[in-house]
Amino acid sequence: MSTLSREQHHRIHYFLRLTRMVEEKLGNLSAQGKVIGSLYRSLGQEGTAVGSAAALEPDKGDIAAPILRDLGAVLTMGGTPTEVFQQYMAKNGPTRGRELNIHFGAPERNFIGPVSMLGEMIPLMAGIALGFKMRKQPGVALCYIGDGGASTGPTHEGLNLAAVLDLPFILIIENNGYAYSTPTDRQSRLTRLADRALAYGIPGVTVDGNDVIAVYEATREAADRARRGEGPTLIESVTFRMKGHAQHDNQAYVPREVIEEWQAKDPITRHERYMLENGIADHEDIDRLFARISAELDAAVAEAESTPMPEGVTALLDVFENGVAERAPWLAPIS
Amino acid sequence: MTAEVTEQARQVTFLEAIREALREEMQRDEKVFLIGEDIGSYGGAFKVTEGLHAEFGADRVIDTPISEAAIVGAAAGAAMMGFKPVAEMQFIDFISCAFDQLTNVVSKWRYRMGFGVPIVVRGPCGGGVRGGPFHSGNPEAFFANSAGLKIVEPSTAYDAKGLLKAAIRDPDPVLFFEHKFLYRLPRLREALPDEDYVVPIGKAAVRREGTDLTIVTFGAMVYRALDAADRLAEAGISAEVVDLRTIVPLDVETVLASVRKTNRAIVLHEASRTGGYGGEISATITEKAFEWLDAPIIRVASLDTPVPYSPPLEDFYLPQVDDIVEAATKLSAY
Ligand SMILES: Cc1ncc(C[n+]2csc(CCOP(=O)(O)OP(=O)(O)O)c2C)c(N)n1
Repeated sequence: MSTLSREQHHRIHYFLRLTRMVEEKLGNLSAQGKVIGSLYRSLGQEGTAVGSAAALEPDKGDIAAPILRDLGAVLTMGGTPTEVFQQYMAKNGPTRGRELNIHFGAPERNFIGPVSMLGEMIPLMAGIALGFKMRKQPGVALCYIGDGGASTGPTHEGLNLAAVLDLPFILIIENNGYAYSTPTDRQSRLTRLADRALAYGIPGVTVDGNDVIAVYEATREAADRARRGEGPTLIESVTFRMKGHAQHDNQAYVPREVIEEWQAKDPITRHERYMLENGIADHEDIDRLFARISAELDAAVAEAESTPMPEGVTALLDVFENGVAERAPWLAPIS
Repeated sequence: MTAEVTEQARQVTFLEAIREALREEMQRDEKVFLIGEDIGSYGGAFKVTEGLHAEFGADRVIDTPISEAAIVGAAAGAAMMGFKPVAEMQFIDFISCAFDQLTNVVSKWRYRMGFGVPIVVRGPCGGGVRGGPFHSGNPEAFFANSAGLKIVEPSTAYDAKGLLKAAIRDPDPVLFFEHKFLYRLPRLREALPDEDYVVPIGKAAVRREGTDLTIVTFGAMVYRALDAADRLAEAGISAEVVDLRTIVPLDVETVLASVRKTNRAIVLHEASRTGGYGGEISATITEKAFEWLDAPIIRVASLDTPVPYSPPLEDFYLPQVDDIVEAATKLSAY
């Protein structure tokens, strides 16, 4: 039996459902030609993103750096569905049209957005953790990386530095079986990616990524450890990417049986069952939640659709704090 | 009818031309192999290497972990062992992850050690596809300032095939940038010769003759320049379009010959203006043909900002036909 309160379970279940339903809405919007660019799904991985983010304590300053499969973490930290829809529709939303999909962040809401270069957020988040330590603040930096991204150089350098400096840092490797078309055993010879922790002299934990409570608890434990000044933890969350890399990829390279096997382990169904069996929620609660989220998302889509596209000339703004980029020296300046 | 169908069947896209070059070079020389992410049975993110894994096997079409520095480093090491590796960057933007290998190891090797590192690093570059700040880059200028690397960027299917073959046969490292907007562009379909050919590295091509001004450009911008030249012709301005094809080493002679004829020059590229390769071209023209110029050289390039994602922003960011026409009109009136 988990240590979570009834409210915590309900909160987690809300974000699990919300994540899935936001992506389903995005699927519809994409079919209507309203999404510009590709759609990345986190179907089947919501337990990892939501469970870990829910374990953070924003009032202590904790900061998360979600990457492409972590819509659940974005939403749990306080990113809104409206923002996500605006991003995918290239509207004048949180990045004013400069960036795409969940490449946005809000430090005041304790999450920052990624760069595409996999692994580069790890040294950066180590730096944020260093900031917490130097300022003697209780905050913890939580960074995510895929089984594929974990092969990059900065992953090693960032984690090693965090270990050597005893930083309040957590790295979650989301081992979802594939990196684009490449299976995890072509990224690493390890069967347990958490064993890498040994090389850094830090604890390495493998957790069932489709068990949202297990992810929550592992993250909470790592955060407590970090807050006690005992340094970073590497958590491997074992889950599965139920859709292709992005919309264009039908993942023909994944055996059918494997997908079926993981379908039976769906993290949302699993948490729902847990709540029902333990008297934490009843079917009516679940139905009500569904209706509530549907209404929220209809409103969010409407808001995002009515958001204008950014104006072309605003491309010139914000390269530096002061000043406007020059359009071309031979053109009259734009006022 | 039948002849037409056969003719059609032999028409290849820019992307297919690149694949043909890879296949034929692998058939010709067993030392040639491919290395990169998802390039094996999946055929690569853009499907450039589709079918090559089936034909040549996993030893010659090597899938790697996500490790650009290791891909380039290992290619360089294998080149020292006598192989001819062709490394793929899934998007050319990720070449920055291998920057140290390219600028400190590969480019300086011959100069320091007396023997070259004949690798090709190729991948999709360029914007206009709503790829945002990390999937739209044109990194030529970062590498142009690192002596020891050749940089090639074709604009036609014929050149893509011929230049890639030349790059693979070259004794020195070549960065080969493929504008992704061109990969499947119907306008670029053409029938290629059946026989083996190369397009020499370091030779520009005049794509359109003109007398009033020269537009020096490369890659996808060649088509913007040609479209602008059509518009300018209607206004009575005759523009010559020079397609560099190779960025380093620059074909100075072809550029100067054109400028000596037209006495006016626009330098057009898709990367940001400041520190862009246009400055280098412009300085070269000024140093070598100042007395032939009737007007300053104008650079038409992207904004000095990251590549934005949203269509109105990206369209504003990229050089458009209108921008080129406006620059050319100003220049002709100078
Ligand atoms: C350094 C780098 N190289 C290549 C890419 C292109 N790319 C984007 S996502 C991806 C696969 C990522 O796999 P993984 O890290 O396992 O995450 P998953 O997609 O499975 O969640 C690749 C190769 C990239 N973003 N960064």
